[in-house]
Amino acid sequence: MHDTGLDDIVQEFLIESHENLDQLDRDLVALEQQPESRELLASVFRTIHTIKGTSGFLAFHKLEAVTHVGENLLARLRDGQLSLTSAITDVLLSMVDTVRELLASIEADGTEGDADVEELVVAIAAVLEGVPRTSTRPEVEVEVEVEVIEPFPAESRRTVADASIRVDVDLLDALMRLVGELVLTRNQIAREAGQAPGSELAGAAQRLNLIAGELHEGVMKTRMQPIDHLWSKLPRVVRDLGATCGKEVNLTMVGRETELDRSLLESVKDPLTHLVRNAVDHGLEAPAARVAAGKPAAGTLTLRAYHEGGQVVVEVCDDGAGIDPARIAGAAVAQGLCTRAAADAMSRADQLQLIFAPGFSTATTLTHVSGRGVGMDVVRTNIEAIGGTIEIESVLGRGTTCRLRIPLTLAIVPALTVECAGDRYAVPQVNVLELVALDADRALVEFEEVNGAPVHLLRGVPIPLVNLAEFLQIGSGRPDGQLLFAVLQAEGRRFGLVIDRVLNTEEIVVKPLSPRLKTLGTFSGATILGDGRVALILDVQSLARRALPAEPLERTGAQAAEETQEAPDRVSLLLATVGGGRRVAIPLSSVTRIEHLPATAVEVVGSREVVHYRGAILPLLRLGGDSAAPSELPSDVLSVVVYTAGARSVVIAVDEIVDIVEADAEVPGDLDVRGAILAADARFYELEDAL
Amino acid sequence: MTAASTERPSLDARMVTFELGDRLYGVDVRAVQEVLRGQPLTRVPLAPPGLAGLINLRGQVLTAMDLCERLGLPPRPPDAPEPMVVVVRVDGESIALLVDRIGGVVDVSDDNVEAPPDPLTGPTPHLIQGAYKLEGELLLALDVERAVYLPQEVIRPGISRAEVG
Repeated sequence: MHDTGLDDIVQEFLIESHENLDQLDRDLVALEQQPESRELLASVFRTIHTIKGTSGFLAFHKLEAVTHVGENLLARLRDGQLSLTSAITDVLLSMVDTVRELLASIEADGTEGDADVEELVVAIAAVLEGVPRTSTRPEVEVEVEVEVIEPFPAESRRTVADASIRVDVDLLDALMRLVGELVLTRNQIAREAGQAPGSELAGAAQRLNLIAGELHEGVMKTRMQPIDHLWSKLPRVVRDLGATCGKEVNLTMVGRETELDRSLLESVKDPLTHLVRNAVDHGLEAPAARVAAGKPAAGTLTLRAYHEGGQVVVEVCDDGAGIDPARIAGAAVAQGLCTRAAADAMSRADQLQLIFAPGFSTATTLTHVSGRGVGMDVVRTNIEAIGGTIEIESVLGRGTTCRLRIPLTLAIVPALTVECAGDRYAVPQVNVLELVALDADRALVEFEEVNGAPVHLLRGVPIPLVNLAEFLQIGSGRPDGQLLFAVLQAEGRRFGLVIDRVLNTEEIVVKPLSPRLKTLGTFSGATILGDGRVALILDVQSLARRALPAEPLERTGAQAAEETQEAPDRVSLLLATVGGGRRVAIPLSSVTRIEHLPATAVEVVGSREVVHYRGAILPLLRLGGDSAAPSELPSDVLSVVVYTAGARSVVIAVDEIVDIVEADAEVPGDLDVRGAILAADARFYELEDAL
Repeated sequence: MTAASTERPSLDARMVTFELGDRLYGVDVRAVQEVLRGQPLTRVPLAPPGLAGLINLRGQVLTAMDLCERLGLPPRPPDAPEPMVVVVRVDGESIALLVDRIGGVVDVSDDNVEAPPDPLTGPTPHLIQGAYKLEGELLLALDVERAVYLPQEVIRPGISRAEVG
């Protein structure tokens, strides 16, 4: 936008100051009419004070000098120690003019120029001391100086203030709502048009699709702000905290420019500050201890933000002592949050998760920094309330990383639509881990009752089941005895939500519920589906809290211990058939989506096939080779697995998804991939029919 | 003057009328946003009685209230024709009222106001502001704010049957 290379802070300072100066002009003129108005004086004082503060911070010393004496003068006036005379108004106005010139100079070349502000400072100081102003210099010269400094308007260049406008957030919200409507209408029209391919309507729908998409993106952008807005306050927090705790901290920030929705930025502020405080207070060791451990005396706190898979990831990493899971478990037992036996049986990763248990605290003494009973559970609740997740990793002696995953926006979210008792509900995709369908025979067998609550053993791990129809007190149940449930995760717990049918995954526009329905707590909002009907959005956090027993972890000791031993060596694999009845296994951790795409989404570029998927072009891989086997799906639908390794994704065409299995990490067997197309680190196992 | 007139200085008003059961009700025309034909209704499990569900009004999700329930009238029979919808604005929120039939707009004045006869007000007399004598029938003026009020009781879903019983 601008070629001056000013950084963002200066830009913002200029915009703000320009606005403030306009206000200042109005105030000063009004002040002449009513010289006694404290309100006006206070307003003028605030404006100058703000400019002084920021200019000091940005090292604009002339600006600071001028505003500093101006501020003193205004303080006197405000406190009634001086009264406004026309001489004082004159110096104030010439101060405003000088500030304006300095700002213009900063905007033009980033420096304050060679303007001389000494005279003005002396003049203001003279007024301050009540010395008549005539003794310094004649007024004419000041005027002359003004003309010299005034940048010559050689070209009509937009100033920073002209190039941007301030818009009411409500207006942006209203725009976002309208775009949401447009997206829904587009979905409806696209559906109609899909039934008449090649028609004029189909062409128009295609264009509508493009325009709506771009508009959506554009409006989203207006609401986006760099995370630096939050981070810019943290260096001070860290510095003060470090001083209080007697620790040296180097703060590193990576990805300041990462943007997210303004309203989300607000919601992330407190949790993030809390994590940073925790990291300095608990995470980093005192300098002596660090040196003893062979680390540099100053600890490093790294904030990292980046976009990944339609989410914003924010990490808070320290290189401190790390968290000892045993200590967390001990504290949790001491505070009565779980039993000793349960804690001992947990894996180290699970013990670490106890840090999120409500009421958990490791602080043995109350400091003003932390240990006031408001802990990680509140952080997690706040993050989950905005559809985000939090995870914590720690290596003893090496440090701790807290990772927040936050959606880009709250207005439009990916969701799974399900049916229960004839009604449709939306479940935010962020909570959905997987879907499990059991036929009638298995449904009966693979069931256990633990303390009166139904539990299913999913690949050996017990998962409590919540029947949605029962929970909502609406009659239901599939007559055919099949059992279908979505494995959901919220509040650090996994559970299966039993539903009648899975309908679709789609982007839904979140509508707020009437305040009179808020008290229900079971639904986080409503949405309008493609056919125009309203569907309720399930509040998975609330569901987890209400429907599950209070025990934080359901697994029994023996099972958990067993799992602990097995877990590191085992890997989850997605089994799928590809051409010719061959089976491949794909590491589940790399599978981001399983989708059905229309065959028209495939295009041939050069000798390769590519797929348009969610705004990106991904290579399509047919593992079955050219001998495409007959698929159960109609030929115009392509069943695919979206495989992601690092920042790269590839779409793999499959015939059918067979199952998800656990297998040893080191699977013997040949890598049978047409590797030339695939990213080098993508590993596939072709398993023989043995599995 | 009737008791109702102590609440409002004047009862001269223009009313949108509608029928529920075999009675004629009216709401102040200023509170009415629009009138719609039947809309697909999404039920809200665990909702307090009187809340009929949610409807989509041009992309806005509105709460729909079943006035039969609120006024103590017998529930609408399952084979009844689709209810009509009167959208009213209360405290800045649009709320849909489900009614049997839409009447029209009538001007009423203080002159023909009278206290509603007890049997007509049912168990919720406080929802009726007054009654106006029209030609051959009585128009019951509904207090919209009270009619759409839902007690904010704490609803606790998912309690086990034993506890409920």
